[in-house]
Parts: sequence; structure tokens; C-alpha cells
Amino acid sequence: MAQVDQKALLEFVLRQGDNTLVLGHRVSEWCGHAPVLEEDIALANTALDLIGQTQMWLGLAAEIEGEGHSADDMAYLRDAWDFRNLLLVELPNGDFGRTILRQFLFDAFSAIYLPLLTKSADPRVAEIAAKATKEVAYHLERSAQTVVGLGDGSEESHARMQEALDYLWPYVGEMFASDSVDQAMAEAGIGPDPAGLRAEYDALIGRVLSEATLRIPEDSFAHKGGRNGYMHTEHLGHLLTQMQWLQRAYPGCEW
Amino acid sequence: MYAQMVKSTGDAVKSREDMSDDERHFQDKVDANIKVEPRDWMPDDYRKTLIRQIGQHAHSEIVGQLPEGNWITRAPTLERKAILLAKVQDEAGHGLYLYCAAETLGVTRDELTEKLLSGRMKYSSIFNYPTLTWADMGAVGWLVDGAAIMNQVPLQRTSYGPYSRAMVRICKEESFHQRQGYAIMMKMAQGSPAQRKMAQDALNRMWYPSLMMFGPSDKDSVHSAQSMAWKIKINTNDELRQKFVNETVPQAEYLGLTIPDENLKFNEETGNYDFSQPDWDEFFEVLKGNGPCNTDRLNARRKAWDDGAWVREGLLAHAEKRAAAKVAAE
Ligand SMILES: [Fe+2]
Ligand SMILES: [Fe+2]
Repeated sequence: MAQVDQKALLEFVLRQGDNTLVLGHRVSEWCGHAPVLEEDIALANTALDLIGQTQMWLGLAAEIEGEGHSADDMAYLRDAWDFRNLLLVELPNGDFGRTILRQFLFDAFSAIYLPLLTKSADPRVAEIAAKATKEVAYHLERSAQTVVGLGDGSEESHARMQEALDYLWPYVGEMFASDSVDQAMAEAGIGPDPAGLRAEYDALIGRVLSEATLRIPEDSFAHKGGRNGYMHTEHLGHLLTQMQWLQRAYPGCEW
Repeated sequence: MYAQMVKSTGDAVKSREDMSDDERHFQDKVDANIKVEPRDWMPDDYRKTLIRQIGQHAHSEIVGQLPEGNWITRAPTLERKAILLAKVQDEAGHGLYLYCAAETLGVTRDELTEKLLSGRMKYSSIFNYPTLTWADMGAVGWLVDGAAIMNQVPLQRTSYGPYSRAMVRICKEESFHQRQGYAIMMKMAQGSPAQRKMAQDALNRMWYPSLMMFGPSDKDSVHSAQSMAWKIKINTNDELRQKFVNETVPQAEYLGLTIPDENLKFNEETGNYDFSQPDWDEFFEVLKGNGPCNTDRLNARRKAWDDGAWVREGLLAHAEKRAAAKVAAE
């Protein structure tokens, strides 16, 4: 453990925490506006779980960084280029279909990845992953079920879900675009290289999407730049403008 | 309150002699605090009045998500965001319990929703006011949920079983709502000068609209008399308003904030605070649709409903396919 590259470890933890932070924020935008009351409640639940996971991941990130920051500082006082979330999670919600399909694509990855992290050589990582694994299993069950219901629903719902899949598909590949950070984590036994999880992922989503009568686009092009912070979408800046506004406008206050 | 100015029969309460046998039996049951259940006989007007009251209450929970939902994406810390989200989610849950209670009276959730969206049913006037700063999240929890509690605690004893049980569940959650609001106010009132200013400003704007929540004085109202005889209304509006003022004034003092009422004064004789009435003309304008946010609130609910139509239809179509496949397989 002593020889783990702390910079790489920090990057790795930020990737987890920024994903849950940004996705939790996006999902929370639905509050009060969902198609049906039960979905409003379910989306709020998902967002709540993701925010809770964020508190743990970003708390750990602050600890690793060692500069006296808090989880809130990490969430509210970094700029867009510091963020390490997937482009997928920062995309605007679109309609309910796109939101729930994005949730499914993310849940499917988490449901495979997090159980592996529970065996992490870093007990702090293992502990967070253990807590999150239970929540994510439930998220996946729910999002998969809704994707099937809408994909194999009415003509309109099917068409909208196919459109959502076509739109989101180019953002799926980034989950598996591993780099030197992932290699360092794999070598240190902290977490698996996501590139090795693609086959399992494809099998899982293939099952659900075929039950949903949706067609996976053939083009395998993948947009990248989120998880390494090289180039986010234009959307992230707007999200942060809202999320960070109070902390930026009234620095140093307690809330 | 969450149900304001609910119309009852419009007639004076019947004397026992004028009641039919069924009505007399029903009133005896209510008087003896035996709960009325969905299958029991009940006067038509009792059913209608309850549908109006519970429906309006449910709509208030749903529309009430919007002013607080307005700040979820701007909550200043992760913890505050989680608490606020949980709180607003509770309100959606309250709406759900109440729609279910109304459904036991023979009206569907969709019918009630349609009436809300077409403007034929109301929701509480309070949700037609804007939330302009983070301190409003404090003031809403503290004052609006605080006022709701005043009304909902006695309603746990209401005569209609499903309504009463919904209220028991709701009341368990409401005290958390009020506490989180007060906790926000406390931070703001003890914070920087800018935060203190936000806190005072929020109290200034929310105070009178909160007093309006209880509705105008109904001590002479025939609607109110009938509802009280049926125990679907437990206290008069003035009683609840006074109780709210009495409890809230010391809390404001503890925060170091000033209630915007020059006439506010403790009355040694009555043991109550004397206070100024809100502007009832403003209240009636808000009920008519002329509050600062009426149009936005209804439009937001309409948009959610219309945009979600394909989702509801799609899920229904899927469920029907499933059911048909199951029949075919058998
Ligand atoms: Fe409520
Ligand atoms: Fe509440």
C-alpha cells in the first residue's frame, strides 16, 4: 500500500465521486417534474443515493489530497477542468426516456464494477464500494425494468427510447477507455482495469436492450475527455454554474 | 391551510330531528369517535366535501414540491442538498398517501389531477409565492411546514379512517421538515451579514402568506360548522392561526429575527400574542389566480403531465402486452 501513487489514487477516487456527484445533480433536476408521482419519488431516491455516495467518495478524495479540504470543497470549489466524471453523466437530461436510459447504462457499469471494488486493497475504497453496491443493485433493477417497459411499450415510447439510445451510445465507450491511472490502480490491487469489463457489460446491456426491442447502434465511436478531464462537454460548465453558485457568491459561509 | 375554504353543504348543520335514520346513525358514530370506513354508509355531502378537502390537500403537497424544488440544484452543500431532496420527496409521498385516501371515496387520481390542471380544483395559496434566496428554504420549512403541522396534528383524529391514517403517517415526517427549515434559518441568522439579511428578508416575505394558510376567519361559516360536526375539520381557522403565532414568535426571537408586525404584542390577559391580520384582499387575489406564481406553478404541473403522457402510455402498453402474453401462454 505504501508505494501507491497518491496522485493516481486521487484521480481514481475523483472519477468515482464526480460521476455520482454530476449524475446525482442531473437526476435531482427532475424533482417535481416527473411523468408520474411514483417516478418522481423513485428518481429522488436515486439522486439521494448518488449524493450520499458522493459524500463518501469526495470525502476520501479530500483526505488523499491532504490539503485540508472537505467533500463540499471538492464539489463546490473546483472548476470544470478539475472534474473527472464521464461525459455521459453531464449530458442534459433530455426527456424522461433519455434520463432513464442513461441511468441504466451507468447502473449496469456500476453493478459490475462496484462489487469488484469491494475487494480493493485500500479498505476505504472497499468500504464505500460495499455501501454503494447494495444501492446500485436496486437502481439497476429499476432502470432496467423501466427501459424494457418503455422500449417494448407503445410505438411512440419505443421510438423515443431508440432515439435516446442512438444519442447516448457514443458516450458509453468512455467507461472502458482506461489509461495509466487505471493501470496503476490495477497493479496496486485497488481496482480492476475497466477495459477488462467490457464483455460482461455488453452481455448485460445486450440482454436488457433486446428485451426492450432496442437496437444497439453499429458505430462504435466513443467520445472521450471526461474521465481524464481533457475535454468536457459545454454542458458541465452550466451545471457547475448552478450547483456552485452560492458557495462562489458567498465564500466561506456556513450553511 | 393545505385545504383552504373547502365548501361543505352550504346549509346549516341539521338538527337530530331533521336527520334520516342513516344520518342519525352516522352522526352518532362520528360523535363517538368511531372511524368511518370506505364501505360504511355516509352522507353524500360528507363524501363530496371530503373529496374536495383531501384532493386539495394532495394537490398542495404536489404543487408544494415546486417552490422548494426550485433550490435543489443550488443547495449550498451536499448535506443540505440531500436533506432538501429528501424533504421534497416526502411531500410527493404525502401526495401519494392522500390521493390513495381520496380514491377510497370513489374518485381516481387521474380525475383529481385533471381537475387541478384545468383549474377546477385548488391548492394552498402559499405555494403561489416565490422562493428567492436560500433562506427561503429555511423559512418554508420553519413557517409553512410549521403551519401545516398545526392543522395536520388534530386531523389525525378526523372521522374518516383512511384520511386519519394518512395524516398519522404524514405527521411523523412533518416535524423533520420543520426542524430542517429551522436549522437552515439558524445557520443563516448566525451567519454573515449577507446571510442574516437573507434570513430577515425571507421572514418578511413569508410571514403574512403563512398566516393566510389558515384561511380567513370561519367562526361564522356554515361550511365550517358542518365540517366540524363531521369531524373533518377539528379547529377553527382563528384558533389554529393563534396557536401558530404563539409558537412561532418565541422561535423568531431565538433566531434574533423580527416578525414584520408592529402590532405584535403579548397580551397578558388572554395569554396570547395579539397580531395583525394578513391582507385578505391579497389572499383572494391569489385564490383567483393572481398570486405571483400561480401561472408558473400550474404551467409546470401541466408540462410535467403533458410531457409524461408518452411514458404513462408506453408503460401501460407494455403491461397490456405482458398480460396478453401471459394469457396466451396459459
Ligand atoms: Fe407534506
Ligand atoms: Fe412537509
